[in-house]
Amino acid sequence: MKQLTVEAAVENIETVTAFVAEELEKLNCPMKAETQITIAIDELFGNIARYAYYPEIGQATVRFDVEKNPLAVIITFIDNGIPFNPLDRAEPDTHASAEDRQIGGLGIYLVKKTMNLVEYEYKDGQNILKIKKNLA
Amino acid sequence: MNIKRTKSNDTLTVVINGRIDTATAPDFEANVKPYIDGVAHLILDFKDVNYVSSAGLRVLLSLHKIMMKQGDMKLVNVGEAVVDVFEVTGFDEILDYECC
Repeated sequence: MKQLTVEAAVENIETVTAFVAEELEKLNCPMKAETQITIAIDELFGNIARYAYYPEIGQATVRFDVEKNPLAVIITFIDNGIPFNPLDRAEPDTHASAEDRQIGGLGIYLVKKTMNLVEYEYKDGQNILKIKKNLA
Repeated sequence: MNIKRTKSNDTLTVVINGRIDTATAPDFEANVKPYIDGVAHLILDFKDVNYVSSAGLRVLLSLHKIMMKQGDMKLVNVGEAVVDVFEVTGFDEILDYECC
């Protein structure tokens, strides 16, 4: 297990992405899966950066775990901000016309569709959001 | 992110280089939206766009809505990673785009 704790700020999305990319490279992660994980980080860490502590500033921890047989990675986002379960959001209507299209909830929807598992838990004052992506 | 705009008559071509995500989407919007007044054809060249997250989709939808009222908008040279995002989110039904 590896982990990184940084200030929950939009500027640090790149720091988190680089940290995860380095671990994914060691696993010879396929390009497509890496792009999907990168987008998931943008959506999830981006949400934490913008909303978890607003208008204050706080920290967030990103944990990286590897599961073997079959190979999978688990990335966990932890913050001490306001309790927020992004999975509670209603799914967006992905067939709505441009005029009726709601953009809210699209990010988490994208994550749910591209990851093999997305789990949320609020425990001991922490938002714990876990994503799992199978690499094999 | 690098953005290059070329205007020819009522056509504005924008070549975007980089990713369009939470950090860069505001830049993308600020470098396109103020320049589409009087433009009938907006062409977004995505040849060098690695990926788009929902922050980028939000800007694309907003540009699309404006352009539908005054002409059209087309994305060209869209890569596989971006097409995947369009398909998952249903944006493939909204946007006019060409794969590379």
